[in-house]
Amino acid sequence: MRFFEDIEIGRRRDVGSFTFTADGIKKFAAQFDPQAFHLDEEAGRKSLFGGLAASGWHVGSVCMKLLVADGQRLIKEALARGEKIAVWGPSPGFRELRWIKPVLADDTISYASEVESLRSSEKRPEWGVVQVRNTGTNQRGELVFSVLATAFVPRRNAGP
Amino acid sequence: MMLSFEDFPPGHFGTFGPRRVTREEILGFAAEFDPQPMHLDEEAASRSMLNGLSGSGWHLCSIMMRMMFDGFIGRTASLGSPGVNELRWLAPLRPGDDLTLDIEVAEARVSRSRPETGIVTFKGLVRNAAGVALCEMVTPIIVQRRADIATGQAG
Repeated sequence: MRFFEDIEIGRRRDVGSFTFTADGIKKFAAQFDPQAFHLDEEAGRKSLFGGLAASGWHVGSVCMKLLVADGQRLIKEALARGEKIAVWGPSPGFRELRWIKPVLADDTISYASEVESLRSSEKRPEWGVVQVRNTGTNQRGELVFSVLATAFVPRRNAGP
Repeated sequence: MMLSFEDFPPGHFGTFGPRRVTREEILGFAAEFDPQPMHLDEEAASRSMLNGLSGSGWHLCSIMMRMMFDGFIGRTASLGSPGVNELRWLAPLRPGDDLTLDIEVAEARVSRSRPETGIVTFKGLVRNAAGVALCEMVTPIIVQRRADIATGQAG
């Protein structure tokens, strides 16, 4: 993972893709979002979604899953080069989350992340604040998901 | 009787919960969706900015969704949500937390593009048993209007 000083606005990374199976959609929905259109094909077809649709929270959680996996790949590569590792801090939240189109059973969503803004943290001088636009695009090239997320990123010379 | 658009006038709507969150749930969600050390490993978590094992923010969002479902969405003529305007993680979710959810209707308006539906913007606030706010969310949900549930025109 990069330090604050190494992050550039506009930098975009593909973070991987994920296929939402009917079983996976129903399993997540049964636990967290048991609305009929997330649990049952017939109810999904009759809904505004037009088919069994993944919970929006499932779509967002999978984005997190792929971002974490991508970050862990970057850490491994940096370690292999003998570089100092930046451990990112927690996120204070997000804005402008949009479920633009439904994610239906068997859709494959490719996620990407692009840096939108950088600023210093007033309260925590050893951290910077990064805003990234995370997006999901389906196998037809349609944007289905977008969120503007915020994270704390360590500065390179912040001490120990 | 399903709740419809007309049942959501602006103002406080209700308080839901409590909902206990276990360590096993926190570890299970983190292993599948957010395997960062601060959500999985007690030792690493104690050295993180959050000072101890905490649940994934996306886990807290998903639990919030479930609390909304159990509280009222499950008996609401909901057609889904276009997104979340703003979500703030204010304090860490800890193993054993008992969560309550306060729901306020921030705005309710009839949809211009689909006048048989309305858009209800909810403001949700999750607190732990000590009353500390953990997460605040503003999200619009599309809800059928009453006349259209009766005649079955929509959905």
